[in-house]
Amino acid sequence: MTIDVALIIKAIIILLIFGITLLIAMYSTYGERKVAAFMQDRIGPNRAGPFGLLQPLADAVKMFFKEDFIPSQASKWLFILGPCLSMLTALMTSAVIPFGDSVKYESAPGKVWDIPVQAIDVNIGILYVFGVVSLGVYGIMVGGWASNNKFSLLGAIRAASQNISYEISMGLAIIAILMMTGSLSIRHIVEQQHGGNWNIFYQPLGFVIFITCAFAECNRTPFDLPECETELIGGYHTEYSSMKLGFYLFAEYINMFVSSAMISSLYFGGYNYPGMDWVQAQLTGSLGEIAGHNVGTLIGTLVFFAKSLFFVFFYMWVRWTLPRFRYDQLMNLGWKALIPLAMINIILTGGAILFLKPLIVSFLK
Amino acid sequence: MDFSGFLNNLTPATGFFYFLSFLTILTGLMVVLSKNPIHSVLYLIATFFCLSGHYVLLNAQFLAAVNIIVYAGAIMVLFLFVIMFLNLKQEDEESKTNLTKIAAMVTGGTLFLIFVAVFRKTQFGAFNAYSFDSQVGMVESLGEVLYKDYLLPFELASILFLVAMIGAVMLGRREAGDRHF
Amino acid sequence: MRTLIDFVQRIFKTNMVSEFGTIFLFIVTAIVLIVSMLMLAKLLRPHKPNVEKLTTYESGEDPIGNANVQFNVRFYVVALVFLLFEVELVFLFPWAVVFGQATLIQQTDGLWGWFSLVEMLIFVGILVLGLAYAWAKGYLDWVRPQPKVPVIETKVPANLYQKVNEKYGRPSVNEK
Repeated sequence: MTIDVALIIKAIIILLIFGITLLIAMYSTYGERKVAAFMQDRIGPNRAGPFGLLQPLADAVKMFFKEDFIPSQASKWLFILGPCLSMLTALMTSAVIPFGDSVKYESAPGKVWDIPVQAIDVNIGILYVFGVVSLGVYGIMVGGWASNNKFSLLGAIRAASQNISYEISMGLAIIAILMMTGSLSIRHIVEQQHGGNWNIFYQPLGFVIFITCAFAECNRTPFDLPECETELIGGYHTEYSSMKLGFYLFAEYINMFVSSAMISSLYFGGYNYPGMDWVQAQLTGSLGEIAGHNVGTLIGTLVFFAKSLFFVFFYMWVRWTLPRFRYDQLMNLGWKALIPLAMINIILTGGAILFLKPLIVSFLK
Repeated sequence: MDFSGFLNNLTPATGFFYFLSFLTILTGLMVVLSKNPIHSVLYLIATFFCLSGHYVLLNAQFLAAVNIIVYAGAIMVLFLFVIMFLNLKQEDEESKTNLTKIAAMVTGGTLFLIFVAVFRKTQFGAFNAYSFDSQVGMVESLGEVLYKDYLLPFELASILFLVAMIGAVMLGRREAGDRHF
Repeated sequence: MRTLIDFVQRIFKTNMVSEFGTIFLFIVTAIVLIVSMLMLAKLLRPHKPNVEKLTTYESGEDPIGNANVQFNVRFYVVALVFLLFEVELVFLFPWAVVFGQATLIQQTDGLWGWFSLVEMLIFVGILVLGLAYAWAKGYLDWVRPQPKVPVIETKVPANLYQKVNEKYGRPSVNEK
């Protein structure tokens, strides 16, 4: 066979990314329950395995073995398509996230492969994520409409309106970052934050806008109006059961992880950490060029996951801290607060780049 | 024609092109043929995806992404909203009288004729490997052209948006006796 | 079959589509994963439907009418305004990329940055006018629920409750 090593490694990376995303989403459900339990002074799941660690597996088994109903009034194929679309869009976003620097591999003496730890490094990475996020609303809308249930439809319409309202401010927040980096590739954006030179220090307002919008896009509390139990029973997934319900819930957790990963790569330097050059030098000094580089990449990847998981925890923290918005408050926040703020942020960024940056540069000289 | 011979002569790009074109036409036909309007909208989204694939093949990545974001992501949401607000369960077949059918055929036929005429008159630019710039569809070159050479049309577009927005707002004016959820 | 495999291999060797080819692969893998999970679940789970199970859920009542009810047109207006802003955003993406470009700034002695910023400010400013119009006219206001405080006619004077509350240290009901 003539398939080269790079392709095989690429395939392994794709499968690994799927596996890791699914695993993290699975354990986020466990984490959510444990965090909730901790905050409410309870114990949380503790029966399946030590500390209840097998609970996600038990849940998965339940999803597979429960009976599944398709209401007689529902449109059958759209009813099935809804959760599948949700899951598909959730899975697709993880493709462009740079999990780490790169893995070096010497296939023959002097011939070194340099393979980035990322499924796809497209030069329009940000637009890709943005596009997939804008498609995310279809899964909910199709499912909610196909159920032919008033609660589901209300939830779906709410979800659609909410997602599109917050998408604009999210895009405007991203624009401010692009003005600084001048590249649409997420890997470039991460590379420019080398060491401790993170975007959060330049874009604090943009970060607040982005994270608020990320909460709204993931339909998490305080923006969980599409599925709020007290008003809409289950919202768009009222009629769903078994695996299809599992898809909806799972998609939410995947979205949570992916948006956390986006936050950490756009604002918190991704796999960069202060002092990484020193660590890298020590590693290459003691382990050799290639092995040292790979171990350094591994540390960077671990740092990346630590950051992302912190934001996943932040989602849960907020969920058990803040109450839900009312719908008019949600719309007011989106249209009257976040969009003007995001525009001001763009103007401020432009002014800072044109005015402050030359000043600082000349001062440093 | 020998299929395996055809495959052997196929470069990957043309292979993808045929595959995508087939999908585009198929989904485009399904938009027209499906009875359920929601199915039509979903097929239309699929069509936009295939068109984005074509853009990628042409190395116009920005256009591909924009096509997905604006058409598949925004305009189709609008379509879905409209369709969801209509009561679809009553099949109102009676509105499709013969007159509407004939009118639709005439309009569609005229459009088709125009397309055929345009297609026949078009002079296709020949591909020149030496003068070909593969970077022409990238965001950077697009930005440079748009914000240096085509400045006035760009600013005029914003006025168009303003008009459209005011129109949209007027459409949603609250009227007496409105039902609200 | 052999030629097909060759063909697939050739696809991966070309550099032009390789990144987007990977996206395609990614999507295909995701679809395969989803479909296989659904099929596996279908094989494993019981299937014993009856009329009761298949009715639409409406808090235990028999469902009344159809779910396709008329909605507030405001949802539609939000979608329309969103569309315009989305197109604006699409214009902003290439602008943001060329805004800080070092070569352009050097060519124009730093004028390019100011020029493009002003250019964009005019563009966004005109759009913001639209938003301001909608805002000022109140079209962005969502219909708010107006809770009615029930008025109860009773022989007991209202200030008696007040006194009782004060006596037992409860906060006043009328406090807002």
